[in-house]
Amino acid sequence: MELTVLNNDAGAEAGGCSSSGCGSSGDQLSHLPDDIREKVHNHPCYSEEAHHHYARMHVAVAPACNIQCHYCNRKYDCANESRPGVVSELLSPDQAVRKVLAVAANIPQMTVLGIAGPGDPLANPERTFETFRQLTEKAPDIKLCVSTNGLALPAQVEELCKHNIDHVTITINTVDPEIGAKIYPWVFWNNRRIKGVKGAKILIEQQQKGLEMLTERGILVKVNSVMIPGVNDKHLEEVSKVVKEKGAFLHNVMPLIAEAEHGTFYGVMGQRGPTHDELQDLQDKCSGDMNMMRHCRQCRADAVGLLGEDRGDEFTMDKIEEMEIDYEAAMVKRKEIHLEIEANRKAQAAKSGEAFVALASLGTKKKELRPVLMAVATTGGGLINQHFGHASEFLIYEASPTDVRFISHRKVDLYCSGGDTCGDAETALQKNIRTLEGCEVVLCSKIGYEPWDMLEEAGIQPNGEHAMEPIEDAIAAVYKEMADAGQLDKPRQTAEAAQATA
Amino acid sequence: MALSIVEGCVNCWACAPVCPSDAIFEATPHFMIDAKKCTECEGDYANPQCASICPIETVILDAAGDPLNPPGSLTGIPPETMAAAMAEIQAR
Ligand code: SF4
Ligand code: SF4
Ligand code: SF4
Repeated sequence: MELTVLNNDAGAEAGGCSSSGCGSSGDQLSHLPDDIREKVHNHPCYSEEAHHHYARMHVAVAPACNIQCHYCNRKYDCANESRPGVVSELLSPDQAVRKVLAVAANIPQMTVLGIAGPGDPLANPERTFETFRQLTEKAPDIKLCVSTNGLALPAQVEELCKHNIDHVTITINTVDPEIGAKIYPWVFWNNRRIKGVKGAKILIEQQQKGLEMLTERGILVKVNSVMIPGVNDKHLEEVSKVVKEKGAFLHNVMPLIAEAEHGTFYGVMGQRGPTHDELQDLQDKCSGDMNMMRHCRQCRADAVGLLGEDRGDEFTMDKIEEMEIDYEAAMVKRKEIHLEIEANRKAQAAKSGEAFVALASLGTKKKELRPVLMAVATTGGGLINQHFGHASEFLIYEASPTDVRFISHRKVDLYCSGGDTCGDAETALQKNIRTLEGCEVVLCSKIGYEPWDMLEEAGIQPNGEHAMEPIEDAIAAVYKEMADAGQLDKPRQTAEAAQATA
Repeated sequence: MALSIVEGCVNCWACAPVCPSDAIFEATPHFMIDAKKCTECEGDYANPQCASICPIETVILDAAGDPLNPPGSLTGIPPETMAAAMAEIQAR
């Protein structure tokens, strides 16, 4: 059992706060009523802090879809919930249940099972609900959630309630049919294809109705929106307002990812996605209205594991067929490990805030300190514990005189996996460094000479001094050092700042 | 009278569950319609269900071999205005 992260004594000794948002205004769940907080406490997709400790998985049992989105071509998984361009192995409900039990028995941190396509789970109600029914019975310690485009949602709410599903994600890109027609060319409704504004209007009505019905019944609703520049970017603030009024507890704005090679309408037509800055700007604007989720990584739909790690290869159907699973015994073990995680989290939370006292005192001395973006390589547990070259994604934080705030995840292509894939190392590495644009520091456990030099050249300071330390403490410490060295009085100079915005 | 599925089908599964005649089955390299079972949805629905939900143009043909979803029908943009639409989108 791979519990290295959780049992890491170094982390515990280093102490302090490793939870995103603690001691800072970034604790996005703090405004929620207690019963909802309780529900999301261990949910890696909803609680920013929990996702350092717990994992979710998806199973692909629901292939069909009942609408058309311009960022989807159906050869890949539903782009509303997973990263575009990804294909999951389609499973029957029985296979899916077997897989979930196998993963849960081997990765005790797995607490949440989601069905999110490919396709729309509620356009495949038999397959979706058969999976949920079996899991409710066989694995009562796993939370269930479902993601939908919303078209069939009102019709399925009663059925959803039966299966005791307490989390639903609806992708809502707009509340305006005119805008909707630019995103959804048609929907399949009442046995017809309904095109354009009329179709979009039906979809929007069903989404809003479904949202209301769920919140009336006490089921948590998260809303996803895909930010599409020139289409709904200005409008998403309004969407945020509307869905909050109707009771959505989290809003997650994701960037459109449209590549020509995905063969989607947007990809082929050259519709661009938002820049990091545009996305962050919108997220900031929306967070005034409601709770924003910033840590969504648009997971691979069938990814398995914590944070950036994907252990999906260990759980392919042929391997699962051979596994013996005693889920009763696994549940006992899971319970123990969850208690251990909770104790750990409590301890970390108790020590939080120390670093921020230091920051606050800084603030009074120098009011005009500028905020700094820093990238972190981590495999979970809230620690800086990953080699730069092994990071498949970076967590981006913003440090300011008042707090350390989690901003987003940025995915990178691995430039080195230690094998014969190293041929293209240089260009891939350069690409990685570009994904860190806007950051001034990158924190990791270790880093090679070559990337070190290249990062410095790009104006990003590599830092391996805080290996195994809690993320937010380390960031606060680095920010303080920068402040003490007088680096924060002036705006970030040099050419690369200008380049970064180009 | 029957419809057929031809090359280009992306095996997205959308059509199979909506067919009232249970005529559509998974096959390689792509889904197929059992001509003996397909009723063209007559008596059940005004429009052939498979073609109404299929997200790919020109992969479902009628008995005469003409596509039910001709080019441009999926996006609502006729081929002749495609270039203009593209320019508009790229300016965003
Ligand atoms: S809802 Fe998902 S599967 Fe359906 S068209 Fe949209 S992105 Fe594709
Ligand atoms: S036309 Fe109707 S009956 Fe024939 S395959 Fe399509 S959905 Fe089935
Ligand atoms: S809906 Fe169209 S693309 Fe999808 S499986 Fe059926 S024929 Fe193929």
